Amino acid sequence: MPVAARSPLVHVRNISKHFGEGESRVDALRDVSLDIYPGEVVALLGPSGSGKTTLLNVIGCIIEPSEGTVALDGDTVFDRRWLRSDLRRLRLEKLGFIFQFHNLLPFLDATDNVALVLELAGADTTSACKRAIDLLDYLEVGHRKTSFPAKLSGGEAQRVAIARALANRPRIILADEPTAALDSKRAGIVMDLLRKLAVEQQAAIIAVTHDDKIFDRFDRMFMLRDGRLDQEMSLRGKTAATPA
Amino acid sequence: MNLAYRDVRHNLFRFLLTCFGLSLLLCVVLAMIGIYRGIVVDALTIPHIANADVWVVAANTRGPFAEASRIPGDTREAVTRLHGVVSAGSVTYQTVEAESQGRKLRVYVIGYELDRLGGPRAIVEGRAIAQSHYELIADKRSGLELGDRIKLGRSNTFTVVGLTTGHVASGGDPVVFLTLLDSQKLQFDLAPPAARIEQARGIDVQSQDTVNAVIARVKDNSSPEAVAEATRRWKHLAALTEAEQEDILTRSVVDMARRQIGLFMSILLTVSAVVIALIIYTMTMEKLKQIATLKLIGAPDFKIVGMIVQQALSLGLIGFGFGALLIFNIKDYFPRRVVLEPDNVAAIGVIVVIVCLLASSLGVRAALRVDPATALGS
Repeated sequence: MPVAARSPLVHVRNISKHFGEGESRVDALRDVSLDIYPGEVVALLGPSGSGKTTLLNVIGCIIEPSEGTVALDGDTVFDRRWLRSDLRRLRLEKLGFIFQFHNLLPFLDATDNVALVLELAGADTTSACKRAIDLLDYLEVGHRKTSFPAKLSGGEAQRVAIARALANRPRIILADEPTAALDSKRAGIVMDLLRKLAVEQQAAIIAVTHDDKIFDRFDRMFMLRDGRLDQEMSLRGKTAATPA
Repeated sequence: MNLAYRDVRHNLFRFLLTCFGLSLLLCVVLAMIGIYRGIVVDALTIPHIANADVWVVAANTRGPFAEASRIPGDTREAVTRLHGVVSAGSVTYQTVEAESQGRKLRVYVIGYELDRLGGPRAIVEGRAIAQSHYELIADKRSGLELGDRIKLGRSNTFTVVGLTTGHVASGGDPVVFLTLLDSQKLQFDLAPPAARIEQARGIDVQSQDTVNAVIARVKDNSSPEAVAEATRRWKHLAALTEAEQEDILTRSVVDMARRQIGLFMSILLTVSAVVIALIIYTMTMEKLKQIATLKLIGAPDFKIVGMIVQQALSLGLIGFGFGALLIFNIKDYFPRRVVLEPDNVAAIGVIVVIVCLLASSLGVRAALRVDPATALGS
């Protein structure tokens, strides 16, 4: 099915975000629109200060845009009906986050790091641990399930972090420089893994990256410059929307 | 999943070390309270041992503890004849420094008439004084043991025949009991050269029948105030009831020491509160990145607040528990009496809990202000 014919998982329309007022006003995002579809892996590119992380934060329901609308998996957020606790719940159930430095909790072992998000969503301890172990096995780090983050290699820690991001079967996964702390071989493995997940679970994966070695793993790349969507590149022969 | 417990378990050595440090601090706080209470208890020990309703002392004095008091030895007979008095006894009080087994020993000597008021309340080992001279009963805190011989005053050697416990003076010195005659000799007997000088000045040095106070018990249906009032009619005497004597001791004799310790205890308590607050606040500050991550992945605020508050309370309560355990085990090694009453210890426990909650509120405030976006990026 052509991408454009399906409903987008992430629907961003005319988003602007500014910080401060008057002379100190900074326009981090200006009139950004994009759609991301199930099974897609897209990259947000751009120089420092171009608005990549701000856009990731807006899509991740962490900061509210000054203007525009965001819809995630059909739900329009930031339309004044949403409380902070609703956004937290939305993050817990629909979004998965992967960080540059994995951000695993150092006092929990690999299994508990993954099981934690399941328990936060209401799962009981037994079923949370079982799913956590299944996920770790799926990501080929099952043999390190009782290891604490300090004992894991960079690649292992990032795979545990991916398992945590996937635990609640989110439809949208946001990744902030997911391969920055990895060598090129492990970066390739992680990106292949993310692609596999996107296809198998029909999730949308949005990654902020500077790592040109993994550009070929993305379906589309959005280039941001000075808060504007400057260019959109399609790398997999899929439909490329014209930047707004 | 209890995050507070997991974090503590993961950093157990560090947590226990912090608890240990806090326990030492709280041990000192409890010790100061114990010393404070001990000063008050010690101050009241002697009047409690005397078990008297009325203290008869020299006119215009508040003796024998606040001021010097010397009255004739036969005053006891006059007091005994007062209406309402059941029994009376002459007593002397003085501090003596002696040498025992090669070490200096400072004792508070009480002289009393055998079989009259003023003697020890209970003898835990040995027997009461049976001879008119050269026997004494000592408190165990003096380090003396049954059969020990100790030289008091110029030349007389006394044998320890009985031991007591908890008999100490307001200065913390252990009490020894002598017969009234021995104590009068100890207090008023002059060295031969001094006696010769006094004789040359026309003073009778042979008469030693002077005492510091006469203590009296009154009948159950009689009023100590009435007996004291009757005594004051003799112009050379003054009389204090037990309540007045206790008031003098706590408000006058040990007041300075009590206030000093009280102030120091307050400062120590404040310092402890600040230290607890700093420890808990620092513990939270170290976790800001983890807290931001927890928020980002959808952890509710109560989970984060719970982690901070539970750790703060664990730290405070374990520290307090260790501290209390420590002071209860070492309090008897302090040179002065340390009195730890359950209500005082419980009060400190409650203060520690309140301080922990207040301190954790600083950490909670910081944690709740953490922007989940800080979890993104380096």
